[in-house]
Amino acid sequence: MSAREQILAGIARARGSEADRAAVEERIARHRRNLIPARADLPAAERVALFAHMARENAATVAEVASPADVPAAVRDFLAGHNLPATVKLAPDPAITGIDWSVVPTLETATGRAEDADVTSVTPATAGIAETGTLMLTGGPDSPTTLNFLPDNHIVVLRRDQVLGNYEEAWDVVRARHGEGVLPRTVNMITGPSRTGDIEQTIQLGAHGPRRLHIILVGGGEGA
Amino acid sequence: MQPQSHRFVEAAREAVNDQRLRKALGNMKAGFQNKRAATIAKLPEFQDLREEGRQLKNHVLANLDAYLERFEAKVEESGGTVHWARTAGEAREAVAAICRAAGARTVTKGKSMVAEEIGLNEHLIAQGFTPIETDLGEYIIQLRGELPSHIIAPAIHLNREDVEETFRAHHTELDPKRQLIEVPDFTNEARLILRRRFQEADVGITGANFLIAETGSTIIVTNEGNGDLTQNLPRVHVVVTSIDKVIPTLEDVSTLLRLLARSATGQEFSAYTTLSTGPKRPGDLDGPDEFHVVLVDNGRSALLGTEAQDVLRCIRCGACMNHCPVYGAIGGHAYGWVVPGPIGAALDPGIIGVEEAHHLPNASTFCGKCAEVCPMKIPLPKIMHYWRVKEFESKVQPARYRRGIGFWAFFARRPRLYRLGARLGMGLLGRLGRRRGRFRSLPLAGAWTRYRDFPAPEGGTFMARYRQSGKSGR
Repeated sequence: MSAREQILAGIARARGSEADRAAVEERIARHRRNLIPARADLPAAERVALFAHMARENAATVAEVASPADVPAAVRDFLAGHNLPATVKLAPDPAITGIDWSVVPTLETATGRAEDADVTSVTPATAGIAETGTLMLTGGPDSPTTLNFLPDNHIVVLRRDQVLGNYEEAWDVVRARHGEGVLPRTVNMITGPSRTGDIEQTIQLGAHGPRRLHIILVGGGEGA
Repeated sequence: MQPQSHRFVEAAREAVNDQRLRKALGNMKAGFQNKRAATIAKLPEFQDLREEGRQLKNHVLANLDAYLERFEAKVEESGGTVHWARTAGEAREAVAAICRAAGARTVTKGKSMVAEEIGLNEHLIAQGFTPIETDLGEYIIQLRGELPSHIIAPAIHLNREDVEETFRAHHTELDPKRQLIEVPDFTNEARLILRRRFQEADVGITGANFLIAETGSTIIVTNEGNGDLTQNLPRVHVVVTSIDKVIPTLEDVSTLLRLLARSATGQEFSAYTTLSTGPKRPGDLDGPDEFHVVLVDNGRSALLGTEAQDVLRCIRCGACMNHCPVYGAIGGHAYGWVVPGPIGAALDPGIIGVEEAHHLPNASTFCGKCAEVCPMKIPLPKIMHYWRVKEFESKVQPARYRRGIGFWAFFARRPRLYRLGARLGMGLLGRLGRRRGRFRSLPLAGAWTRYRDFPAPEGGTFMARYRQSGKSGR
């Protein structure tokens, strides 16, 4: 008997009966929500405020701008504020490449996956999750995953109307885009910059991934 | 690495006398306990989530084969491969075979306790590969040739001075006069050294916190981002994980994620929770060409249907060890195996056998704190009790112990005789010790009186007093 058959048979033997396959299929097909904390059950504006608050609690920085056209200036300000070179690697996503970056002529942009030399990346996000200030980023040809981890600085452009309350709402957004039971190759849920507590339990930012996570929230007024 | 759990008694004695270790473990209260308490206080639903987690995992364990098959089918649908391993030996050979087929030399690794359990690094080195741990704590202990002493903070037994010695001894290419004092000095040095390694690697190996049957995804939860660099940069990604990690849906895993970070580090959510589904897809600019999942049993399926089954609900947060007075006094190495603390005492006898691990379920006062903080409501003391029974049945204890327990059991089964004996003993000790009120030494109680006096009984037995107060209370 193969290892696979033997392990599966051992499990069935321990139970002494057949698995309830109908219940298994039903649970997966319905993917019912379990208890969801009430914390993020808020009107749009307050939900966005909670998201920004939780993200800052986790050592991210958040800037708010009125429209996508304001993003390049916000990027320039962030870079200048940290004495960083005015060079960014952009995700090849229309939400990012569709912005007119020439409005800030001093900013040098390139597009593609991250390489070791890249100091700062700019990527879109699929959702913001207010409950814990978490960003959800989905990988694909338009959004290479290396942009989220290799550069020292990661800038994420997020529309206010993308800020949801909880993880479950974000899964529904992903399902609507990719289909039932299908995920993009990577889904990154990111809450603040990289950190470690491995030296004497002292939290230190920038262990292996980005030392800084900067979120640019786009859109005025209410949620949208 | 061979288990050293049979040495537990000696190792624990060495550990309590190790001043450096005591200093390092002293950080745990502020580092883990207080942060957890503060974060949980902010989530009123936490206790209800624990109950949901318990029920969810019980449902999975009752249908584990069906969920594993469902997971396997989805991994294959997304272009990945699943390898099944009954034993540690089969598992490490499965990984080595993947590395050979990839023509690998350097292999980077994210933190994986299952990889530690199967002795993966030793095997890969023997097969001519160079495995490199990339989690900071794991990297430090790999340089030192040690086992992790904690499942989420592998180097918690070390102080800065220890790490400084290790880095200076191994990073000889760096300036010997460089400063290694503040915490960033260490993290920056490791980041610099390991960045090169990430780029060289041919294969990246990670563990998994969860597997999702709905989508065929594996999940890692990290703070450093090393796991993501490990799995995104090399040509091949291998996930080494165990059969108890499978979870039905994204909604179900969301529930467990709400419990995990809060229980582990006291964070609301870890910095990086990453779901990986299959290899690189058409048009992708990065990602591995191959995606393998090695599903390890290694004794777990044999726990199903036993009183120890609940231990398979564990999500490896480490809260039980963070709150355990025994772990807090001796650290993780004394346990002599990869998973220490209360969860180790409940799990390890099932993985490495009762004969090797029989001391571990005895390393508990049954204070119950572990079960109280366990996000999955695992009745850890009850499972330790189960292993104590197995220990007695298997006759691994020295004859002296067994005779002692037999002697006690003889009286415990005869309550009248027991009470009579207790009354006579109390009376005798009370008379002998009346003058001083305590004993410096007592026959058969040397282990107690070596470190402290034994107080002389002042009145009757507990039962006598209980009966008395019962009468007066009514």
